[in-house]
This record gives sequence, structure tokens and C-alpha cells, in this order.
Amino acid sequence: MNARTPTLRAALLGALAAMAAALPGAAAAAEQDEIIVQSTTSTANSGFFDQVLPQFEARTGIKVKVVAVGTGQALRNAANCDGDVVLVHAPRAEADFVAKGLGVRRHPLMSNDFVIVGPAADPAGIAGMRDAAAAMARIAAAGAPFASRGDDSGTHKAERRLWRAAGLDPDPATDRWLRELGAGMGATLNAAAGMGAYALTDRATWLAFANKADLRIMVEGDPRLLNHYGVILVNPARCPNVNAKAGQAFIDWLLSAEGRAAIAGARVHGAQLFRPAEPQEKTR
Amino acid sequence: MQEFTDAFGAAFALLASGDPELAEIVGLSLRVTLTAVAISCLVGMPLGALLAIARFPGRGAAAALLNALMGLPPVVVGLATYLLLSRSGPLGALGLLYTPAAMIIAQTILTLPLVAALTRQTIADLHAEHDETLRALGAGRWATALTLLHDGRFALTTAALAGFGRAAAEVGAVMIVGGNIAHATRVMTTAIALETARGELALALGLGMILLGISAAVNLAAMALRARAERAAHV
Repeated sequence: MNARTPTLRAALLGALAAMAAALPGAAAAAEQDEIIVQSTTSTANSGFFDQVLPQFEARTGIKVKVVAVGTGQALRNAANCDGDVVLVHAPRAEADFVAKGLGVRRHPLMSNDFVIVGPAADPAGIAGMRDAAAAMARIAAAGAPFASRGDDSGTHKAERRLWRAAGLDPDPATDRWLRELGAGMGATLNAAAGMGAYALTDRATWLAFANKADLRIMVEGDPRLLNHYGVILVNPARCPNVNAKAGQAFIDWLLSAEGRAAIAGARVHGAQLFRPAEPQEKTR
Repeated sequence: MQEFTDAFGAAFALLASGDPELAEIVGLSLRVTLTAVAISCLVGMPLGALLAIARFPGRGAAAALLNALMGLPPVVVGLATYLLLSRSGPLGALGLLYTPAAMIIAQTILTLPLVAALTRQTIADLHAEHDETLRALGAGRWATALTLLHDGRFALTTAALAGFGRAAAEVGAVMIVGGNIAHATRVMTTAIALETARGELALALGLGMILLGISAAVNLAAMALRARAERAAHV
């Protein structure tokens, strides 16, 4: 008995010390004024937040923690009260979110555009087209591989709008050229690069993406490719845990002249990532 | 193949620059994973030992269930933990989601069955060997379990290291419950996933090499400790 006691006690003490070391982190985090923003991979992976958030944090002392998922998941997480602010890009789903009382109000924040990218060989012959729907129709007609997000994200919603605009309703079960990946934008672009497929991507992710391989921008400039971002405070009346004061301060700052300048100033490889919305723009 | 050369370069550059963000990420990875494994050992080893020794109806089924739990996909554990810790879930009031504590909980759920199952096997073998002696000494269940755990402590290092390996390698659970928040819940595996998504494949692979190095260091340290303890035990 005596021989083993020190070993067990040492193990016990070690484990307790490890747990004690782990706990203060959680406790300290709760004291600082901070908010959780449920957002999308396009804003996080492009380095947008890395450039904008320090300016807000320096101004207000409020720490912003970004969870980057697809728009669909961001809205679902926020519906579970897991977040204070939503910053996503699917105006219709956002309006629905507010209509259900889950969010307070949608503020148009900024925009950029989607582009259709594809392999340099361009098997569907769409390079340089202006009409995005016609380009999508041509990809379908050629049966050229198309890498789809397939994850109910804002980009996936935009892709489905384009198929509908082309008068198509492709089904990945029978249309084998349509490859639904169920993955984020970056993973989808990696896959598209690997299998020589076309893909729809937001320009911010594309600009920052380092593994382009032989993918090129094929179609851009169609007004239907505009990509609108909105920002919403999660409804504190429904979710008492929401840090409404700090969340609203973040939204107010983003919409202020200083915030708009910060948004316009975010760049990757010298290119502007997003265009701030006009201050008087009507809520969509 | 260029990626592999670049990855070595990226790994060396990161290490040489003493990047504070890398240190932060490595530190959190170790803190989360080692805490989870410590809790798993503390709970899972006695549990596994009792399961090896006790005779009760459904014992075989319990052992099979434990073995099956070893195969739980991390993403399922992450999702279940998310639903528990979500503000709208049963434990939402604790406010643990998107904190290191949530990641520790998820990794504990992930590693506990593995540690318990490996312990059960080790102790069952020892028990078959020493059962009669222990019974002759009149040892009860708990005393038997503790004696065998002590006897098998060197073999049990393997169970702890297997738990460490599973926790250090997983990304699915910590991604969901931690959220991969910069300077808060970003760990090695979620950083690798992020750099992959950014198309920074060489950097991602370089981080993977560093993670492998950390795992090797932890394993070497554990083996060295075990060797020293074994020498001390035989003096």
C-alpha cells in the first residue's frame, strides 16, 4: 500500500493542477467586455477581420471573437443564442432571421462580388462571358465538372440562384458533373483545383487563396453576382446572454464613417476586399 | 512534392522566428489535450480496472460498448458537446461554449472510452495472472483494482499515450465547440484546417510537422519517465 501511494498521489495532484490551470482561462474570459460574432469563412479566411477588428478593439476596448462558419450554420448557431452578432451574406435568409424575431434588425454592411472560376483549359468555353446564368447553363450542357459548396452557405445559396436563373435544377445524384462537397469555400477551391472543376467563389476568398493551381477567373461583372453582407444583433429579448451593448457598439462602429473607412481599407495583395454599403441604403 | 520541401521551410521559419502566435497555439493545444487526458486517466483507469475485475450481468456488453465508443468520430462528439453547451442546451447557462473548457470536455469524452478500454484489457490480463494470490490475501474489489493498476502502471502509460494521440490529432470536436477563435480557442489542428482552407498548403503541412514533433516529444518524455520509474522500482 505504501509503495503505491506516492505514485497515485502524484498522478492525482498532476491532474488537479492541470484542471486548475485550465479553469482561470474560462473565468477571465467572462469578465472582459467581449462579443462573439458568428460570421462566414469569406470574411475570416481573407484576412478581413484581422485588418478591421484591431481598429475597433483599440477604439472601444471590446474584444471581438469571430466564429467563422457558413452563413447557414452561423444563423443556426445564432438562433441557438450562441453569439451576439451575425455578419453573413444571404440577405433573404437574414430577413427571415429578423422576421422570426431571432435578430433585432438587418443593417446592410458591405458588398463584393462572386466570380466563376475554372481551369485554364476551360472545357465549357465560358471564359470572358458576362452573363453568369448563361455560363452556368453552358457548364451544365458540357457536363464539365462543377465543385459546389453544397453546405447551405451564402455562396451555395447564390449558386442555386444562378442555376435557377439558367432554368436548371441540377441534381448531384444524376448529374455526376455537379460535385456537392459539403465543405467551406477554401476546401471547395482546393478540390476544384485538384479536379479541374469550375466553382463559384466570393472574390475576397479568391484573392487571398494561395493554392489557385491553374484555376482562373472565367466570369465576372454580372449584376447577379453581387454579394451583399449584412450585420444583425442577436435579439437580447430572446437570448438574455447576448451582450447587447457591446454588440450594438460593434454594429454602430462598422456603420460609422470610421468603420466604413476600415472596411474599404481592408486589402489583400493590394486589392480591396469589400465595398462598404451606402449609409442611407434601405434595409433589404 | 514541392509542397513537402516548402513545408519543411515553413516549419523551420516558424520555429526560428519564435512566432508568439505559434507559441500561443501550441500552448493551448497542450493545455487542452493534456488536461483532457489527465481527467480521462483519473476516471477511465479505475473504471476500466473495475470493469476487468467485477463480475456482473452484462459485463461483456459493457466491454463491447466501451470498445465501440473508441471509434466515436470526433465530429459527433463535438456536435453532441455543442448541443449540451449551447446557450439553448441543458448546460447553456454555464457559458462554456467557445472556451478552452468546452474543448477539454469534448476531448475528455473522446479519450475516456479509449483509456478505459485499454486499461480494462491490461488489467484483465493481470487479473487472470494474480487472481488467486489476491483472493488468498482477502483483497476486496477496490483493493484488487488499485493493486493491479499499480502493478500495471508501466503498461498503462501506453493507454495514456493512446489517449493523448487521439486528442492531439482530432480537429472535428474542438472546431465545433471551440470555434477556432484567434487568440482564444485556436489550437494546432484547427490552425492547420484554417491554413488548408486559405490554400496555404505548405504552411499547413509545416504546422503538421511541428505537431508531429510535439507528439514525439510528449511520447519520448513519457517513455523516459517510465524507464526511470522502472529502474527505481527494481532497485
